[in-house]
Amino acid sequence: MSAFLSLPKKFSVAFFLLLVGFSTAAFAADEPQVHELQEEPTAAEHGFNASEVILHHVMDDHVWHLWDHGGTIFLPVIVYSSERGLETFSSHHFYDEHHNTIEYNGYTLDHGNHILLGGKPVLDLSITKNVAMLLINAALLLLVFVAVAKGYKKNEGRAPSGIQSFMEPIIVFVRDEIVKPNIGRHYEKYLPYMLTLFFFILFGNFLGLLPGAGNLTGNIAVTLTLATLTFLITNIKGNKDYWAHIFWTPGVPLPLRLIILPVEIVGIFTKPISLTIRLFVAITAGHIVLLSLICLAFIFKSVWVGAGSTVMVLFISLIELLVAGIQAYVFTLFSSLYIGMATAEHEHH
Amino acid sequence: MELLTPGTGLIIWQLIVFVLLFFLLSKLAWKPIMSSLKDREKSIQDALDTAENARREMAKLQADNANLLKEAREERDKMLRDAREAANRVVEEAQGIAKKSADKIIEDARAAINIEKQAALKDIRIQVSNFSLEIAEKLMKKNLADDASQKALVEAYIKDLKIN
Repeated sequence: MSAFLSLPKKFSVAFFLLLVGFSTAAFAADEPQVHELQEEPTAAEHGFNASEVILHHVMDDHVWHLWDHGGTIFLPVIVYSSERGLETFSSHHFYDEHHNTIEYNGYTLDHGNHILLGGKPVLDLSITKNVAMLLINAALLLLVFVAVAKGYKKNEGRAPSGIQSFMEPIIVFVRDEIVKPNIGRHYEKYLPYMLTLFFFILFGNFLGLLPGAGNLTGNIAVTLTLATLTFLITNIKGNKDYWAHIFWTPGVPLPLRLIILPVEIVGIFTKPISLTIRLFVAITAGHIVLLSLICLAFIFKSVWVGAGSTVMVLFISLIELLVAGIQAYVFTLFSSLYIGMATAEHEHH
Repeated sequence: MELLTPGTGLIIWQLIVFVLLFFLLSKLAWKPIMSSLKDREKSIQDALDTAENARREMAKLQADNANLLKEAREERDKMLRDAREAANRVVEEAQGIAKKSADKIIEDARAAINIEKQAALKDIRIQVSNFSLEIAEKLMKKNLADDASQKALVEAYIKDLKIN
């Protein structure tokens, strides 16, 4: 049926649904407020805490909760402490049958995330939800791009086909639009890193949008690590001009140089910090918006709010798909730019 | 804030996995993909260059052909002109020769006619003199009956002879 609807018609239908969603949401929003005023104790008692649910969803965890009643995967815990050495056990041991956290073998789970031994934190190398996502992401990347590389071997001297022809424009885009113009002459040296970075973030962003998936690229540890790698490459490969520019900015009066020096030194570190925070915030904020919209239905306990928020979630999801691409692009773009700036061979001004 | 503090374990895992991924993908994917792309771009560029060269060669050939055609046309025109001139000359020569031979024939004819005429005149003269002689004989037979007239006549003849 929907296939026969013309495009403008489809839009008008979607718009109508959206309007209905909004109006009922607005309508429904009035009602519980009244209830809330009257029955405040019951609401608190009932205890649907949206912010807790949302934060729980965007954060790392030792279990992978897919659905209630048996849909929980207990991931392996790997901990290291100077007292006990390296120990491995299932995170299953931290939970009783009612899914309450319990102590196991002297280890306790604090805030549902940190593992403590006798009240002191230990080095937690567990395969958490995000580590699992990381492994899945890496495996997927390997699978896809080894297949793409095979395509080149198979179709040597012929037109690309299959997944190869799907990925080729993206690879060429990264090379010609991001890396080449920003790094310049020696771009080929950095291309493998940039491609890995771009596709790691892109695939991570897309995987993170799947229902039940972990928020890998929206985790600050992940973005921090990636930004640190770019930071290291930038400063290790930085040439004489780069350092000269930082410590003794040419073409600036002497007193100003002394003022610029600390600014430039701070600048070295603001670059990776901005990379870290930009990706982390963009992805996590998107997830929070989506989850908030979904939570509306549970807060208002109304089918109509549910319908409305579903439509909104659909739209935000589409925007999130866009953001997934944009953030991968931006991270790679800025990494290329920083490296390009540090390695540029300019004539002295 | 739990959300904002990076977990040590995840950093370590991320570092290990990403670096491994980087090396694996570089070796298994990026290197062959990039070299294939470069090869293909090079082959496309080469093909384009070859096509461009062929086009230029073609244009040159066409120009050569046009030149050749022009030259051939000029040659032909020249040959035709020469031939026409030659023909004209031959005709003129032939006409000259014909005129000359015709003139000669006319001349010969005229000479022959003259000879004939002379012969005829001679004949006529002979005949006239014969007729005159006969007439004279007859006259004489009739007139010379008397001697005086004979004598006068003879004298007249002698006079004539002397003058001649």
